[in-house]
Amino acid sequence: MTDATRLPPATTRLSVARVWNAPISRSFRRSPAAVGGAIVLILLVGAALLAPWIAITDPYELATLDLLNSRLPPVWVEGGSWPYILGTDNQGADVLSLILYGMRTSLLVGILAVCVSCTLGTVLGLISGYLGGLVGVIIMRAADIQFTFPAILLALLIGGLSQALLPAHLQAELAIPILVGALGLSHWPHFARLVRGAVLVEKTKDYVDAARLTGRGRWSIMFRHILPNVTNAIIVLATLDIAFAVMGEATLSFLGFGLPPTEPSLGSLIRTGYNYLFSGEWWLVIFPALTLVLLVMAVNLVGDWLRDALNPQLD
Amino acid sequence: MITLIAQRLGHGCLVIFVVSILAFLLSSLVGDPVASILGLNATPEDRAALAQDLGLNDPFLVRYATFVWNALHFEFGMSWAAQRPVADVFAERVPATLELAAVALVISLGVGIPVGIVAAVNRGAWWSSVMMSATVVGLSLPTFVVGILLIFVFSVQLGWLPSFGRGETVAIGWWQTGLLTASGLKALIMPALALAISQVALVARLVRAEMLDVLRTDYIRFARARGIAPRVIEFGHALRNTLIPVITVSGIQLGFLVAFAVVAEAVFQWPGVGLLFLRSLGSTDVPVISAFLLLAAAFFVLINLAVDILYVVVDPRLRVGSTGKVSVH
Repeated sequence: MTDATRLPPATTRLSVARVWNAPISRSFRRSPAAVGGAIVLILLVGAALLAPWIAITDPYELATLDLLNSRLPPVWVEGGSWPYILGTDNQGADVLSLILYGMRTSLLVGILAVCVSCTLGTVLGLISGYLGGLVGVIIMRAADIQFTFPAILLALLIGGLSQALLPAHLQAELAIPILVGALGLSHWPHFARLVRGAVLVEKTKDYVDAARLTGRGRWSIMFRHILPNVTNAIIVLATLDIAFAVMGEATLSFLGFGLPPTEPSLGSLIRTGYNYLFSGEWWLVIFPALTLVLLVMAVNLVGDWLRDALNPQLD
Repeated sequence: MITLIAQRLGHGCLVIFVVSILAFLLSSLVGDPVASILGLNATPEDRAALAQDLGLNDPFLVRYATFVWNALHFEFGMSWAAQRPVADVFAERVPATLELAAVALVISLGVGIPVGIVAAVNRGAWWSSVMMSATVVGLSLPTFVVGILLIFVFSVQLGWLPSFGRGETVAIGWWQTGLLTASGLKALIMPALALAISQVALVARLVRAEMLDVLRTDYIRFARARGIAPRVIEFGHALRNTLIPVITVSGIQLGFLVAFAVVAEAVFQWPGVGLLFLRSLGSTDVPVISAFLLLAAAFFVLINLAVDILYVVVDPRLRVGSTGKVSVH
């Protein structure tokens, strides 16, 4: 990406043709997996964003639910009826609407968690890589210690313990911040290691020396000169990490250490629906589960393509 | 080589030290052992006497040392929920988790390695890329979702396999095994599959990437130039060097499998350590949680250490003082 000969002529105007013909767009069009993943992702995210307008029942407004419509199967099964395409739950809430609202929460938690781990990991990685010294050693030691444990176990531990230590009335209220913190804190070493490695390479380059010679401060060099040159790698990891965070949210909520049943997310919907699997109301668990798989898969496909297209040296 | 091992050993000790401090802080800050033993109606004198007996008034370092000493003798106190020694509770549950993880490991390596090799050798073939796309699907399947789907199909719809529990077990010494009874094996199929599927995908992708790297090296090109049959090169020359990283992978796999066993055990109500951990988190059973932390730390440190040592033993290039640490995301 720093190869000057391959860069297009410097121009600040963005035109459709320029974007369409850019190498990254060409590589995108050539990858059916990436195009498929992106289409699914746009559809899912779009539907989640539009939930308040396209959902036929609102899970946060219990008064709007009609018990007469409860426990309806999907429309194509005998007994199902429009407009409840994917059936209804025992309170008469439309399953498709629940999934749309649930996806909002899952995506919100996932993206916030990645923001936490990405910011924390990037800053610590930059400090450890550029400044080095004792602070750098301590940061990487902490990362190494955390790496000894699988991230999902740590997230479970942080989430479970903080919920256990909180008074009951705060648990539901703080469920989202706790979940974001647990998922974010369990994954920062991935970013720290990646950024540190990239910084150690960038540090030896001439432009850093040049910046130092012009009298730039350490923080200015770190954040305004080195950081922009390692963003590709960070973007790839952050994208793939959203898949981890969404899966992590669902796993923790399913195990009962994430969001409560009153806060629909893909995980809490699956947890609630799982109780009805044996009584025959399979649509309450199968559809949220399939949505989760579809969402994670779409993110993974796009992330995989990004990794190849931007080609950072991911370890 | 010795430097490397000493280095890794030092790192392992550091991990266990940090975790032991956390476990100690947890068990000393959360809950009140005096109240839980004497009940709420005890007189202040009784409380003070018991606190003295339990050593709660000792300085921090003394209490920490006692904690470590007890932990080294597998004495973690009484479980608040079960009212039995924590060590006994763990001892009866460890076999269930290890059997589950071991079977899942065999499945994930047994399927993942051949798939990765075949996909690498036949790269460019349409079905090879279909197989790699299938691994993306596999990676996107959370353990509990696979478990639920399996239960839906094989328990609810078909009624072939039990949806929970471990079936009958046979005792070999203190080890209760489910591998020797028909119902035990039947109960094992779905949890092991749920655990293994995403790992199969991971192993297949890693083996393929590794094999492709090896196939690009000079000695393979030289072997091709000498006119050695492609199959001989692939399986005689390349495979051997591909399998070195697989050692690392399988160690890390075992770690992941034990971690995700927590999830699989919750779905299938498998009576293992993971389910115990979840229940004790739910009921804030602090002695069990802190024992779990310590045992998990020891387990993961041992696995990492074993992997590092095996790696040096197998790969001669690492014996020359360099610290070629291979990390797998």
